[in-house]
Amino acid sequence: MRFFEYEARELVKRAGIPVTDYGFATTAQEAREIAVRIGEPVVIKSQVLTGGRMKAGGVQFADTPDEAAAKAEHVLGLEINGHMPRGVLVDPKARVKQEYYAGVVWDGIRKQPVMLFSDMGGIDIEEVAEAHPDHVGRGHFSNILPLSEHQAKEVIASVGVTGRQLNRLVPILTALARMFVERDMTLAEINPLGELEDGSFVALDAHMDMENEARPRQAAVLDELGVGEEETRQAREATEFELAGEAVDGMDHRGVAGNVTEFDGDLGLVIGAGGGSLTLFDAVRAHGGRPANYCEIGGNPSVRKACGLAKLVLQKPGVDKIAVMMSIVSNTRVDIVARGVIKACLELGYDPAEKISIFRIPGAWEEEGFKILERYGVRYADRSTSLHDAARLAVEGAPA
Amino acid sequence: MSILIDETTTFIVQGITGREAVNLTRECLDYGRGAQVVGGVTPGRKGRDVHGVPVFDTVDQAVAHHGRPIDGSVVTVPPAFTKDAVFEAIENGVKLVVIVTERIPRRDVAEMVELAALRAGASSAPTAWASSFPTSSRWAASAARPGTPPSPTRAGPSGSSRARAA
Repeated sequence: MRFFEYEARELVKRAGIPVTDYGFATTAQEAREIAVRIGEPVVIKSQVLTGGRMKAGGVQFADTPDEAAAKAEHVLGLEINGHMPRGVLVDPKARVKQEYYAGVVWDGIRKQPVMLFSDMGGIDIEEVAEAHPDHVGRGHFSNILPLSEHQAKEVIASVGVTGRQLNRLVPILTALARMFVERDMTLAEINPLGELEDGSFVALDAHMDMENEARPRQAAVLDELGVGEEETRQAREATEFELAGEAVDGMDHRGVAGNVTEFDGDLGLVIGAGGGSLTLFDAVRAHGGRPANYCEIGGNPSVRKACGLAKLVLQKPGVDKIAVMMSIVSNTRVDIVARGVIKACLELGYDPAEKISIFRIPGAWEEEGFKILERYGVRYADRSTSLHDAARLAVEGAPA
Repeated sequence: MSILIDETTTFIVQGITGREAVNLTRECLDYGRGAQVVGGVTPGRKGRDVHGVPVFDTVDQAVAHHGRPIDGSVVTVPPAFTKDAVFEAIENGVKLVVIVTERIPRRDVAEMVELAALRAGASSAPTAWASSFPTSSRWAASAARPGTPPSPTRAGPSGSSRARAA
């Protein structure tokens, strides 16, 4: 889950890292008041969850409060890559001597966080790593052992930073790393981290990404930041169809039947189990099928949720049939999913035998499940039919 | 991934009194010659039993009751408590942990994996990491069904003995 810059900066501030005396405004008048308070030239920055703000004109400079209000007015109405801004950040135009980069990212291969540091800030760290690998310091740290300052010191010193700069930077990178862990981040970066004329350091921009699964336990801080529970903060806004999928999954706490992503095909998918969703989705496409959606079932959802998900997919305009497929299930019960999808067809006035192109879920309680499917004449397959073949059957449709 | 368990593997079920775990325990006991489910753990439920399997408050109590180290644990507790349950298993000498729970925060999983590595010899198979570990269903199936090779066509709680029609 991505944060807006003004939220990320608040998190940086709470971690004890110095920030500028910025303010967040949703109207031109508020922007003017912040500029008055700051009392010096300001930068007006569009608050959108997309890159390329500068290029799109979403970052403007203003010397006076009146100018700040005018520029804010303009930026607030400026759409960037299809996103309307949440507001603007009004920031003092800092006199920066040098820009640094401080970041912590998740290394999925090592399964540990890694601290990153560069004395070449203000540009993407990927670019620096490519062009000047000796200017990027890296250091993994433990998920369970206490993080010590010397670890940050080694990372910073590895790019040749020494003296007073080194000693001032160590607490900043350490604090960022601790915040990363404490807040369940997958990305936390300060770029640029500015060294001012007086030798002090201040965060001038920040990017943060929090792991979705951790949202419940981070509820207090999210609430304080004003992040609504309904905000998905994905790369694009959720569609109505996807939101309806979330609602299905939220009907009760039993299992998963949701995580719906909308596509524009005609084959509805009710799929899942231990990577099965991705495998099946790819297999359907490999056979020339055009999925209407992606979704995930697992963890033994209730009949109600399985039914709700199937109904949602069946009702999607353009969907002719649904394919109900999973890899071999152990705790999700085949009979419960079978009951759910058949119920969905019946409640919508459809013949399950017509609407379900293939049911391929082997595993727990399959005997009971297959009996139900037989009663309604639904074509099904057991584990002797591979996921690949099941996807082919789903794409080809019922045999003549 | 080689076969990690067989019909002699002893294991416990953490969260054994939960809805899913009760079913899982029954399936394990019914399978083949019967799995070696030597105990279950649900804090506060000591003294009960689930299909004849004694329930304890702690893993330590389960190990003491068994009288020697327990090989594995199937963890079925809710996501917020999974990390502690896995830590408890690892710190009590369990060498193989299968986690059925979904939606465990990544940081918690990372801590489990790292602790398992620190206590060399222990390994775990979290659901959330199906891409880097065998899938939970396969592992749960193999753990739950000692004696069944965890092959894609055979592993699964309903086993090959059940009737099938296609």
